[in-house]
Amino acid sequence: MLQVNNINVFYGNIQALHDVSIDVQEGEIVTLIGANGAGKSTLLKTLSGLLKPKTGDIVYLGNKISGKPAQSIVKAGMSHVPEGRRVFANLTVEENLELGAYLRNDKAGIAKDMAHVYELFPRLLERKKQLSGTLSGGEQQMLAMGRALMAKPKILLMDEPSMGLAPLMVKAIFDIIRMVNAEGTTVLLVEQNAHMALSVASRAYVLETGRIVLSGSAKELQESDEVRAAYLGGL
Amino acid sequence: MKKSKAFWAYVAIAIIVYAVVQFSMSSGMIGSYYSNMLIIMCVNVMLAVSLHLIIGITGQFSIGHAGFMAVGAYMSAIVTMKFDLPFIVAIVAAGCVALLAGLLIGIPTLRLRGDYLAIATLGFAEIIRIVILNVDYVGGAAGMTVSRQTTWTYAFFAMLITIIVIANYTKSRHGRACIAIREDEIAADAMGINTTYYKVVAFAIGAFFAGVAGAIFSHQLFFIQPTSFGFLKSFDILIYVVLGGLGSLSGSVLAAVLLTIVSTYLAEFPETRMIIYSLVLILVMLYRPTGLLGTKEITDFFKFGKKGGKNV
Repeated sequence: MLQVNNINVFYGNIQALHDVSIDVQEGEIVTLIGANGAGKSTLLKTLSGLLKPKTGDIVYLGNKISGKPAQSIVKAGMSHVPEGRRVFANLTVEENLELGAYLRNDKAGIAKDMAHVYELFPRLLERKKQLSGTLSGGEQQMLAMGRALMAKPKILLMDEPSMGLAPLMVKAIFDIIRMVNAEGTTVLLVEQNAHMALSVASRAYVLETGRIVLSGSAKELQESDEVRAAYLGGL
Repeated sequence: MKKSKAFWAYVAIAIIVYAVVQFSMSSGMIGSYYSNMLIIMCVNVMLAVSLHLIIGITGQFSIGHAGFMAVGAYMSAIVTMKFDLPFIVAIVAAGCVALLAGLLIGIPTLRLRGDYLAIATLGFAEIIRIVILNVDYVGGAAGMTVSRQTTWTYAFFAMLITIIVIANYTKSRHGRACIAIREDEIAADAMGINTTYYKVVAFAIGAFFAGVAGAIFSHQLFFIQPTSFGFLKSFDILIYVVLGGLGSLSGSVLAAVLLTIVSTYLAEFPETRMIIYSLVLILVMLYRPTGLLGTKEITDFFKFGKKGGKNV
């Protein structure tokens, strides 16, 4: 469904990604793990059109999307949950969700999806009229996910959903990722919490200083010595 | 239905205010000193509301608003004084040329963020001023004489239209997109909002109404010169928006009205005027750091007939 072929991405003179190639099949959860500064978020931003690759191309559902503006990529069904949640703090929960459906025009469909988001995240329903800046970190993460789901994505790009959250909240978020995936949305998940990420994903890539150094099924990587030593805390 | 009812109620109130003032003016109850103040008040409200759209709603920190006002003021003066066309044509032309100036300045500079944008817009406003200063056709530094054609009717309805257009734009889907850009530009991008487009549109609409305000202003004063549109004027407008509360339309209206009154009365004490004016600003900022109304609208305080919640 999504294919990235040898992309090179630069910030000014600094090369952040070197010949990165990944692919994601429909219905999968694929995770990218790696340390700080490995280029995980850069890759997601490039996919969703916030950054442009210098060389290489990105093919999504048979169309080349590299170099296209973000709004046309969102329209094509790729939705990005940005790192650090980035909810619209001075707007209410409901208004945030409405903005998620910004590119859609079908009122009935939007209302239906909003009800569905509230079903997935009952906590958001309780806080519907509350300013989203006053939500807890976990609730904001839920809102960011809900907002991305309002665009009715075929593929959801998630950047570090566990960042700064309590362990119980992390578990809840990952349960929801599984549920969203079971409903047919493909997920590309960027994580530092390699343990959690590998437990939900079917396949994984390991990114190190802008290069893919390992890839394989999540199970293989969980058992690989390198990954265990570097990301899962030894043993 | 309810929303449009409230809308027409506000319009009706505005018309009544207009009629009362118009009657008092024509019957001589309001002298020329105060009618001049009221017209300048309308001009300042228009400037404040148009900048509110750029700073308060879209979050683009532009501090060169007097530049657009200058474009409008000179354009309208050229239309009426050099081409002898009616004032209403001059007003529309002023708005349109200011809009073009807004596009010209907005398209390259709106890629910048925060302080960089502020400096770039300030620079552009100065360029406009200096260009006018060096064009002899419009009098250069000596200024340009303009016949007084502004009446209370022109000033009031130009202001009313500005407020209605900008309030409705803010409530629309486009306005929501602008607010998303103010709140978080990256997230807005990720939602599929064309951020550059909305920034430029907000800038152009703001420039249009600043141009119209410039036209009303120049035909009130008999005489315009480039120094009236320096960066001090830009800061005056910025102060209305910040003092009223960033993001509050009625706040910027209120601040523009109050500060016009304050500075008119202080005109009697020219030596201490700026000191007192600055003290007022400092005190308001100390006691109301988010501005007079914060992000609230004045209508939020009147809840009758409304179910509560925000008036969106």
